[in-house]
Amino acid sequence: MLNSARFAAMLATAALAYAPISAQAQACEDLILGAALSATGIYAANGLNTQHGYEFAVKKINDAGGIQIGGKCFHLKIKYYDDESTPARAAQLVERLIDQDKVKFMLGPYGSPLTKAILPVVEKYKIPLVQGEAASRSLFTQGYKYQFGIVATSEKYLTPVIDMAAALAKKAGKDPSSVKVAMIYQDDAFSLDVRQGVIEQIKKYSMQTVIDDRMPKDLNDVTTFFTKVKALQPDVLLISGHEKGAATAARQMGEFKTAVPLIGVTHCEAAKIVSDFPKIAEGFVCPTQWDETMKASDPMFGSAAEYNKAMQAAHPEYKVVPYQTAQATAAVYVWADAFKRAQSLDPEKVRDALTKTDLPTFYGGVKFADDGSNPGKEIVMRQIQGGKYLVVSPADVAVAPLIYPRDANY
Amino acid sequence: MEQVIGNISVLAAMPIFNLGLLIDGLLVGSIFALAAYGLALVWGVMNVKNLAQGDFIMIGGYITWTLGRMGIDPLLGVPVAMVVLWGIGWVLYRTVISKVITRDLFTSLLATFGIAIVIQQGLNLAFGPDTQSAHANLPTLSFAGGLITIATTRIVGFVLAILLAIAVILFMRKSRMGQAIRATAQDSRAARVLGIDTEKVYSFTFCLNAAICGAAGALVVMVWNVQPFLGTTYSIRLFVIVTAAGFGNLPGVIAAGFGMGVFEQFGGFVLGAEFQQALIVLLLLAVLAVRQLQQRRVRQAVQ
Repeated sequence: MLNSARFAAMLATAALAYAPISAQAQACEDLILGAALSATGIYAANGLNTQHGYEFAVKKINDAGGIQIGGKCFHLKIKYYDDESTPARAAQLVERLIDQDKVKFMLGPYGSPLTKAILPVVEKYKIPLVQGEAASRSLFTQGYKYQFGIVATSEKYLTPVIDMAAALAKKAGKDPSSVKVAMIYQDDAFSLDVRQGVIEQIKKYSMQTVIDDRMPKDLNDVTTFFTKVKALQPDVLLISGHEKGAATAARQMGEFKTAVPLIGVTHCEAAKIVSDFPKIAEGFVCPTQWDETMKASDPMFGSAAEYNKAMQAAHPEYKVVPYQTAQATAAVYVWADAFKRAQSLDPEKVRDALTKTDLPTFYGGVKFADDGSNPGKEIVMRQIQGGKYLVVSPADVAVAPLIYPRDANY
Repeated sequence: MEQVIGNISVLAAMPIFNLGLLIDGLLVGSIFALAAYGLALVWGVMNVKNLAQGDFIMIGGYITWTLGRMGIDPLLGVPVAMVVLWGIGWVLYRTVISKVITRDLFTSLLATFGIAIVIQQGLNLAFGPDTQSAHANLPTLSFAGGLITIATTRIVGFVLAILLAIAVILFMRKSRMGQAIRATAQDSRAARVLGIDTEKVYSFTFCLNAAICGAAGALVVMVWNVQPFLGTTYSIRLFVIVTAAGFGNLPGVIAAGFGMGVFEQFGGFVLGAEFQQALIVLLLLAVLAVRQLQQRRVRQAVQ
């Protein structure tokens, strides 16, 4: 009895004696980032893409030795809650992350509606947020000081298609004002911003809008829209309705044998239209924030192509790595960079470091404007040609010319 | 407003599009009618308002989609989905529905709502959150110089829905079980007194409804697409149809299903797709208001 007690005491002393040494040798402390992310509900597919991007970055940064702050080593770790794709729930959960879990640094949820809902919360608690998944212009016009968004804002998403149509009309010897545009948008913050950008561009060329429809987020039938398209025969067709909108539109376009020569669709990759509707999707022009052929690189993830390869190795289910995944990774990378430069875990100091970010990444350069947006970020347009996504605009990164009229083959 | 007038003038100038919308509406309506029939059955016989109806449809869709991925023609998904859903319906009846059937309205609403949530999350876990669709690889037919196009898949869906509906109606009229179901619906106590095993009738009815949903789901995944959380939209549509028709009125339910399909198409065309669903709810309001006025003249015992 006595012996065993003595032995236990000895063990305890030994453990105490070794504790500081072992802590120094192996352990980095956890540096917790918080995120409300959709694991269920309509944004769940892209919520998962986002999470893959976050986790990939965390692993890569930690494997490379983590982050050194004031001589101490930190490993990134993300605490998630499922926001059920509901804005109100996202706001609640972010409050819980800050208030109960004492998380001091935030990553974004997926999508503009949810991000819009959490902004007032992070602003109230003065907790900095780096988000790579919300592109609505309206997020950056409210004077928020703690939000940093790395993506190109949504009003840029489909405007290049209007520019293409104008250029094509001029080339054919017609005035751009003769171009007829038909469009349908989901009624949410992001898609309506896409619309706003397009409307302004249409005005600029004084083109005619022949259809301007909205689709509710839980609608999976847009046949009436395509009946109208058949009746009015527009020159340009624009569709922005996240993943479900793109999939629904592709399927029903096939049923209606829609013969519009130029079609712009958002969220093509997430909707898997190339594998599900290969014939119909041929010739769609799809905006993307990121493409693996882009000329961009950084020391952590390498070039865009290298990131693409590593991501496909980690997630073989990705035939095409969604840009949502790439920008999620870039957001975590921006955090890591800010921590290193701030050399502090004080939210205010890290926020100040974020404002001075000037970071080349595999996703493109990140440099925040006063409103927290990243104005240097351009939208890349890819056309589906022979079942592959080929960059057709902007001209300096294009790898193929635009095929016009598209090779519709029903 | 300008666009609305423009849309109406398109319909007036080119009447062929009216025909196109009508056909589309009828083809779509047949699937609504089928699933609404099942809902009306359970509602009428068991007085259970099944809020998981749309989610049953999603299960049927996912079964068909899975078969399609295994290289099996999605059309074969219809019978397979019916059999599997029959089984799922039986399990749910034994474990949940049989316990709440004698309770009040809210208990059964809550129970089926709970089932709906469990199904949604289960589908999300099993198949992931992506939108999926099955492809029967049938051609699209063109008429009137391409102004009217009809996907053969939709015609197949229409024919299958009609055949199934006829089969169910004949079954209810002619078979012994069908008679027992109708008797139970009219007066379950009297049916019990006369030796009908109402427990068996309830169980059979619930399974039959689940199987009908399975068939509808197989058609939905071929014509539109499925997603784990889309079921609720269908549930709402079906409730509108059954409420509008009155649940004791089965031919009315089928007519209302077709009507809703056509109404949605014309409404969506003229006012824009954003009003497609709003119109349905408005229609429901109108129907309820009219019903209420009619009811005022009918003398009723207070329950």
